[in-house]
Amino acid sequence: MTHGDTATATHGTAAPPLLTARDLVKAHGRTEALRGASLGLRAGEILAVTGASGSGKSTLLHCLAGIVRPDAGSVTYGGLRLEELPEKRLSELRRTDFGVVFQFGQLIPELTAVDNVALPLLLAGTTRAEARARAGEWLERFGVRGQEELRPGEMSGGQAQRAALARALVTGPKAVFADEPTGALDSLATEQVMTALAHTARESGTAVLLVTHDAQVAAYADREVRLRDGAVSPLEVTA
Amino acid sequence: MSTRHILLGLLASGPSHGYDLKRRHDERFPQARPLAYGQVYTTLQRLVRDGLAEVDGTASDGGPERTAYRATDEGARELERWAGEIAPPAPFVTNEIFAKVVVSILTGGDAGAYLLAQRAAHMGRMRELTALKTAPGADLTTVLSADYALSHLDADLRWMTTTAARLTTLTTEVRTA
Ligand SMILES: Nc1ncnc2c1ncn2[C@@H]1O[C@H](COP(=O)(O)OP(=O)(O)OP(=O)(O)O)[C@@H](O)[C@H]1O
Ligand SMILES: [Mg+2]
Repeated sequence: MTHGDTATATHGTAAPPLLTARDLVKAHGRTEALRGASLGLRAGEILAVTGASGSGKSTLLHCLAGIVRPDAGSVTYGGLRLEELPEKRLSELRRTDFGVVFQFGQLIPELTAVDNVALPLLLAGTTRAEARARAGEWLERFGVRGQEELRPGEMSGGQAQRAALARALVTGPKAVFADEPTGALDSLATEQVMTALAHTARESGTAVLLVTHDAQVAAYADREVRLRDGAVSPLEVTA
Repeated sequence: MSTRHILLGLLASGPSHGYDLKRRHDERFPQARPLAYGQVYTTLQRLVRDGLAEVDGTASDGGPERTAYRATDEGARELERWAGEIAPPAPFVTNEIFAKVVVSILTGGDAGAYLLAQRAAHMGRMRELTALKTAPGADLTTVLSADYALSHLDADLRWMTTTAARLTTLTTEVRTA
């Protein structure tokens, strides 16, 4: 091992990224949301993505999580090029390996909190009792207690947001993509959610991509990437 | 920040000597600048001079001789008055970061690059404080003092972000003034 290798190993950067994005380009109609964004996400790390409103954070997250196909560029995950996978294989991968929290909720309105959280487990073949028990544990971890049987329309914004986060983590995914997961939370609830999220990343080696405009939330991350006009400038990556 | 009132406050729970007061201060306010011994002793002497504290006795416990102090009744009243007094929201805020930005514009420097670097330094400190408060076994004193520092750094950071986005206009304004 060379000196260089030792240096990178002590900084914890020796492990190859779990997920790598290169030169992503994505336009919505005539708006170029991404203009060559690149980044790597490693197992067990929390990577904060920050940047002004409209800088392309959500679009980047959707491309990384395989929800939106970029116009150009590549997303590599575990040796697979996401843009080359057929839709069926991609959605299966999303279900088994990824957890996603959307910026604007997306809980299923007809299901109670606990059933929303249990849903990914049911889809993966877990029994209903087991799925509901594990869902209940995650809700509790995020400070949502006694609201298990409420439907999204009956929950507060912060409760729904925490249920969405619980749903993203319940299957023990390898990577979690969370878009402003604390946007509706007060500072105490934010602290509780972020502590639980950081704990999960450390304990289970889950990689977390965290989109946020809140510096106090970004401070839970190991690194920060700032987007500007749809690109990450190398200067703006801070370790 | 009134060191004399903080020391009086620490004396409220019973007599204490200078070394002990310094140690308790630093524990109670972990993110504050640690008190210097010299400052503790001069403050105690002033409290005695003003009748707010008095010598409780000296002991050596085999080691160097130490003078213990206790608060007087007048000290207790003064402490109560101070604790309930509204701290005036600062009329002038020293903003070194803003000063650097303006000076940088005046001298043709790169204020944008400076703001980016300053932002990274602030984020680095915020990550340290966050690690401190989320470490297993961190007590509430540690959490709350880290939170206080985090909120202030966050305020700086928001200001830097908005300023960075408006540098072009600011540059025009500063240079034509
Ligand atoms: N479905 C869409 N149709 C048209 N334009 C879109 C769509 N989604 C995003 N955009 C545009 O793409 C750009 C990037 O949007 P994106 O949602 O990625 O930004 P963001 O960084 O997540 O912003 P915010 O912080 O406000 O959530 C914006 O200019 C936006 O108007
Ligand atoms: Mg967004």
